[in-house]
Amino acid sequence: MKVKFWGVRGSIPTPGPSTVKYGGNTTCIEVRTDDNDLIILDAGTGIFPMAMTLFPELPITCHLFISHTHWDHIQGLPFFIPSFIPGNTLRIHGAYDPIDRRDIREILSGQLQYCYFPVREAELKARLEYVTLKERQVAQAGSATVTNILMNHPVLCFGYRIECNGKSVFFTGDHEQLYNIYGPDDPEYHEYEQYMTQKNQAIVEFIRGVDVLIADTSYTVEDYPAKKGWGHSTYDANIAMARAAGVRQVFFTHHEPTRGDAALEKVFQDAMDRHPRQPGDPEFALAREGLVFEL
Amino acid sequence: MGYSAKKLIRLVDGMPAFPPSVYRILQLTSDINCEPKDLVRVIDHDPVLTLKLLQLVNSPYFGLSRQIGSIRQAVVFVGINTIKNLVLTIAPMEMLSRQGTDNRWMENLLAHAIGVGVIAKHLARRCGISEVEATDYFVAGLLHDIGKMALHRFKPEDYKDALRLAKKKGLPLLEAEREIFGVDHAQVGAMLGDKWCLPVELVVSMEKHHDWNPNLSLLQDCVYAANLMAKRLRVGNSGNDTPEHLPRELEQRFGAKIEELVGTLGDLSGEMNFTQILIHP
Ligand SMILES: [Zn+2]
Ligand SMILES: [Zn+2]
Repeated sequence: MKVKFWGVRGSIPTPGPSTVKYGGNTTCIEVRTDDNDLIILDAGTGIFPMAMTLFPELPITCHLFISHTHWDHIQGLPFFIPSFIPGNTLRIHGAYDPIDRRDIREILSGQLQYCYFPVREAELKARLEYVTLKERQVAQAGSATVTNILMNHPVLCFGYRIECNGKSVFFTGDHEQLYNIYGPDDPEYHEYEQYMTQKNQAIVEFIRGVDVLIADTSYTVEDYPAKKGWGHSTYDANIAMARAAGVRQVFFTHHEPTRGDAALEKVFQDAMDRHPRQPGDPEFALAREGLVFEL
Repeated sequence: MGYSAKKLIRLVDGMPAFPPSVYRILQLTSDINCEPKDLVRVIDHDPVLTLKLLQLVNSPYFGLSRQIGSIRQAVVFVGINTIKNLVLTIAPMEMLSRQGTDNRWMENLLAHAIGVGVIAKHLARRCGISEVEATDYFVAGLLHDIGKMALHRFKPEDYKDALRLAKKKGLPLLEAEREIFGVDHAQVGAMLGDKWCLPVELVVSMEKHHDWNPNLSLLQDCVYAANLMAKRLRVGNSGNDTPEHLPRELEQRFGAKIEELVGTLGDLSGEMNFTQILIHP
């Protein structure tokens, strides 16, 4: 399997001189199986440059998995060129939104309303298929299987685990480390801790042993107190999660839009210094636009 | 005929209080920085609300892979924001279902109320209202006929007379209500809204949902239009379904005639079914 990053930025695209190295596009990850099946994780603005590389392969079947429908994870979808060309198949997977009461098809075709975008869904020439997933439902994507688990974000957000020929990748989507809404003096504190342990264990078990973990790491420990409840994790929380799950390689992604290349490398190094290498530790790295990782 | 003013006031006074938990939740969630634990405490002390929330979280709409057994567990597993939004939808529904849904007529009326809520929210989105505010439109639509429910609940025999009278004489239901009670359900709804200290905009929307004028707010316009659209679509039954047109100014406001507006709604059944679970889990 092969993983390629096309968008590693959180929340909003940030082109400009200070992000040349790591890139300014929002979340999009290309995963290729050994049989060259194409799996795309999220459709942020990074999906546009990725789509431009697909022409030699057309017609193509794309298995797109949407973690959640916040803008930065779907904004590139209307510009996914293969969907305009007959003969291609785009199979889009995602969760039902119980608050908005719309499934993945309704939400995404809402994006193609004429007031937002000049092409209507009916005018897309590729074959579009929508799959509304339940938690832990298994989806087949060519020779790979993809399963999901609910993460912690202001809207329902799936983390996806992709498996093929004994190799595996897990992508958290957007995820905030769990925190106790009660103080230690509140009578409900311990009960809440127990549920948190349950949920944390469920996530760690789900990720257990993956070759690659791609994790939303928007914040530093210093950033976090002011951003609690916004739905994103810290380096430190992800280091702990990766250690607990025994993964081999970690990529930190969803970089804070205000953090330029130099600042990003500095906060990464600080986190590494705070958590000196232990035996059995995974490799840690910053996700960077254009980076390819073979596993 | 007709009730004396005194008798009417006594009638409204005898009607149920707005559940304090619901009121508290509306208050808490209007503050974007509200403490999650305060919200959870209010829900926790209301067994009906707790039950509804758990039923929903465990429904196929969430598609969770495990059973959720308590509110706190639900907060951990689906997140505080989702719970908060869910409770915001459930709370006003609770208000209605506590009026009782013990017969066909009430069920139809309830379906109508839900339909108006759902459509009012669609209209709000169409007018560029944010998702957060659109919830207010849903609530306003949901509550618009609360006066009808209350009259039917507390004076069922008299209300049946009003229904019969409307049918026999071919009167609008509103007029038949006035003959029997001396007031109509729009006025009773507004009286209840006052008694419950609901926001003025909501109270006026209940009062004016049959009596449009150009000075109403966007929310009131949306509820007015949604009511007529629900009747056209025959979503539920409000007891009065002669098709009506929108006033010219409203056609201009929404940029379409009522037939076209109805056409933009798409399939509401999913949304309707979801909301129905809140009442009949
Ligand atoms: Zn994001
Ligand atoms: Zn997000």
